[in-house]
Amino acid sequence: MSEPARGDNPLRDAQDRRLPRIAGPSGLVIFGVTGDLSRKKLMPAVYDLANRGLLPPGFSLIGFARRDWEDEDFSQVVHDAVKEHARTPFREEVWQQLAEGFRFVPGEFSDDEAFKLLKSTIEELDGTRGTGGNFAFYLSVPPKFFPTVVQQLKRHGLSEGQGDSWRRAVIEKPFGHDLASAQELNQVVHQVFRPSDVFRIDHYLGKETVQNILALRFANTMFEPLWNRSYVDHVQITMAEDIGIGGRAGYYDGIGSARDVIQNHLLQLLALTAMEEPASFDAKALVTEKLKALTAVKLPNDLGRHTVRGQYTHGWQGGTEVCGYLEEEGIDPASKTDTYAAIKLEIDNRRWAGVPFYLRTGKRLGRRVTEIAVVFQRAPYSPFDTTDTQELGQNALVIRVQPDEGVTIRFGSKVPGTSMEIRDVTMDFAYGESFTESSPEAYERLLLDVLLGDANLFPRHQEVEESWRILDPIETYWDKHGKPEEYTAGTWGPKAADQMLARDGRSWRRP
Amino acid sequence: MNIDLTDTTSSRINSALVQARRATGTPAVGMVLTLVIVTDEGNHYDALKAASEASKEHPSRTLVVIRRPGRSPRDRKIARLDAEVRVGGDSGTGETVLLRLHGELSSHAHSVVLPLLLPDAPVVVWWPEDAPDHPGDDLLGQLAARRITDAQATEDPVATLGLRADTYTPGDTDLAWTRITPWRSVLAAALDQKHATVTSASVEGEAYNPSSELLGLWLAERLGVPVERQVSEGPGLTAVRLETADGTICLDRADGSLAELAMPGQPDRHVALHRRETSELIAEELRRLDPDETYASAVKYGVARLGSKAPAARTKAPATGGKAPAAGNKAKADSVRIDQAGTAAPAAGTEPAPDGNSGADGGSGGGSGKKKSAPQAVKRAASK
Repeated sequence: MSEPARGDNPLRDAQDRRLPRIAGPSGLVIFGVTGDLSRKKLMPAVYDLANRGLLPPGFSLIGFARRDWEDEDFSQVVHDAVKEHARTPFREEVWQQLAEGFRFVPGEFSDDEAFKLLKSTIEELDGTRGTGGNFAFYLSVPPKFFPTVVQQLKRHGLSEGQGDSWRRAVIEKPFGHDLASAQELNQVVHQVFRPSDVFRIDHYLGKETVQNILALRFANTMFEPLWNRSYVDHVQITMAEDIGIGGRAGYYDGIGSARDVIQNHLLQLLALTAMEEPASFDAKALVTEKLKALTAVKLPNDLGRHTVRGQYTHGWQGGTEVCGYLEEEGIDPASKTDTYAAIKLEIDNRRWAGVPFYLRTGKRLGRRVTEIAVVFQRAPYSPFDTTDTQELGQNALVIRVQPDEGVTIRFGSKVPGTSMEIRDVTMDFAYGESFTESSPEAYERLLLDVLLGDANLFPRHQEVEESWRILDPIETYWDKHGKPEEYTAGTWGPKAADQMLARDGRSWRRP
Repeated sequence: MNIDLTDTTSSRINSALVQARRATGTPAVGMVLTLVIVTDEGNHYDALKAASEASKEHPSRTLVVIRRPGRSPRDRKIARLDAEVRVGGDSGTGETVLLRLHGELSSHAHSVVLPLLLPDAPVVVWWPEDAPDHPGDDLLGQLAARRITDAQATEDPVATLGLRADTYTPGDTDLAWTRITPWRSVLAAALDQKHATVTSASVEGEAYNPSSELLGLWLAERLGVPVERQVSEGPGLTAVRLETADGTICLDRADGSLAELAMPGQPDRHVALHRRETSELIAEELRRLDPDETYASAVKYGVARLGSKAPAARTKAPATGGKAPAAGNKAKADSVRIDQAGTAAPAAGTEPAPDGNSGADGGSGGGSGKKKSAPQAVKRAASK
């Protein structure tokens, strides 16, 4: 972890591990503060951080939106959001401490007056709350507004701090919809903010389990020797959702699941699973290794045989009747957008050559689950009869990212009894059992990291661009060839996906 | 489910635990540690309640050792073990065993506890009150990676701190220390924001509140400045003041929940600093099981040296004021080294103590008295 220069503080000591990392004096500005994300995730995360004593005294929150609100109205909105969604119990004194720092700036993004007001609000907070000119701008707005907002910030001198104070920009996915648009977006943001001051939120990376991939791989000795082509048969990375597109028709149609999920979440999980050991645990070393893994990714030659996309149709999902994608409100009935995508990738390096990585994601699948399954090769020789081992599958190590976070190892064990019969059993480590209730929400961790300036858990622009470079040829191929195959809502995706693995002599795990 | 066992043995308790686990349908549990609570009939309820609450964060096997030595000589001669096994339900996420040790058995608790420890998992012993004088030497304490005492629960908390310092063994820790973590983190954050040299400090809190002393010890040890202990009405700690050249950094908590942080050149701000429940303290203790070296150096600093000017080894530090503040860093490094040497060669360490005491006495009369004693200490240490 990169620690800011605190060496001269006599009260800090590396030995003293009880003292938490508290962010320095700072504030947060949220654009699009009326949105869902802001109410359900950001505001509760700010409160939870304050409740855990991790925010600096005087931390301030500025909301910016097109509403005719006073500070008090804003405060009430945050209050309701916190009461409803916060993870930790509501405490009046924490709330009081926080609420003193709430400000609201009404206005449109093109409105110069509003940004002038924002600037004076920031200056006022520096004076009354001691935020020290350090502000993070959270752009919780659709990407088409990014250029306007960052240009406005620049024009009003908000994008650069005075002296050694900092200004940071936080942006949410989507980071473009192909390589060209991603580069354009990066250019727009980097014109105003330095690349190291731009934090791209991929909330998956804030999850404890994802961080645990690194601990599992690099803090233990028993897994790493097996973590290569000599022992691993293939890797499956799954992110399944049981929900449909909900109210996101406008965003989703034309984007599809591959761009929405594979490009960022799944390729990040792939990079963390496949990368070599970083030289250290700081942002730069991590990016270097992740980039190396991503640049080594090779697409299959025949995209038609090794990629599949699907679209859900009317069906029953978990006991409720749900409509098909084309029947969803606001969707073009002729839409070719994929709600399911499965692709096969290979990583061309010494560790992974010849080991396929199967990535799949979809909406309205059997249940909500995200997991990484490393499936090992069969034992090269078995002293047992084939009848004894009939029910023995391949060993597997499964990292469950959500829900029910944990790690499962599957291996063969003798069934008690007189005959020799070997069957798969699982050994399970559940976060919920060993570290109950202490897991902070992903957004808590990520917001705190933004304020601390710790970029470990944020994808850098090179990674984003590299991911598009992987996905773009697939999207182009899909555009030109055929249309998504239909699958019934509530099942595990189209038949073609099963056939795609069957061709390689493998099958999907049922997560 | 609950299983009551009368006149039993550890192995029967073990099979009852397995039986209870099977019956509740959770044969595999991810318990991370064994928590042994040593207490008596009157206090076990509260302690167990706190532990169950904490076990939500750290699933554990909780062994409650309740000693019942008996009053009459006949009672004292018998030795009987009664146990109550609780799994699932109200007992938190782990398993709880109440062990009642009658008669002579009450002085052989370790023989009952040893077979019941979880394999390969760390052991924590907690004495909610009446801790042994030397926890690290105690037969139960020896089983543990971490020994938790509570100076607050003793009759003379300040004297207890001295005892804890004398008998400190790596792995010891005290709830009076745990209670001040939020204070310490806010104070550290305050100095993160303002890199000023602190010249003196004061800690204000209730009488008989060892946390106030510990916070003072920590400040004195880290900053190398005299720390004054002031008594207030409470509740608990009420204020900490750090004097710097620019003015006073003051963290003031009058009502036990919301504190005010005042820093020179900066607006006053509110900080939530509520007094925490025992369960939260235990949960914090269980989070890290390695020796708490910061606690060790704070408690070893010695309450007697508190109000005094920095002792001989430290008077070279910038604390003395006018003298060459530029040499501050070097002096501090020196003082640390000397401090370590001090434990090996008592002569260097004990020498300034008498001076320190007189300084403290003078200090209660007025700040100026203290200032004079310091240079004297320098001279005497130098002449040695």
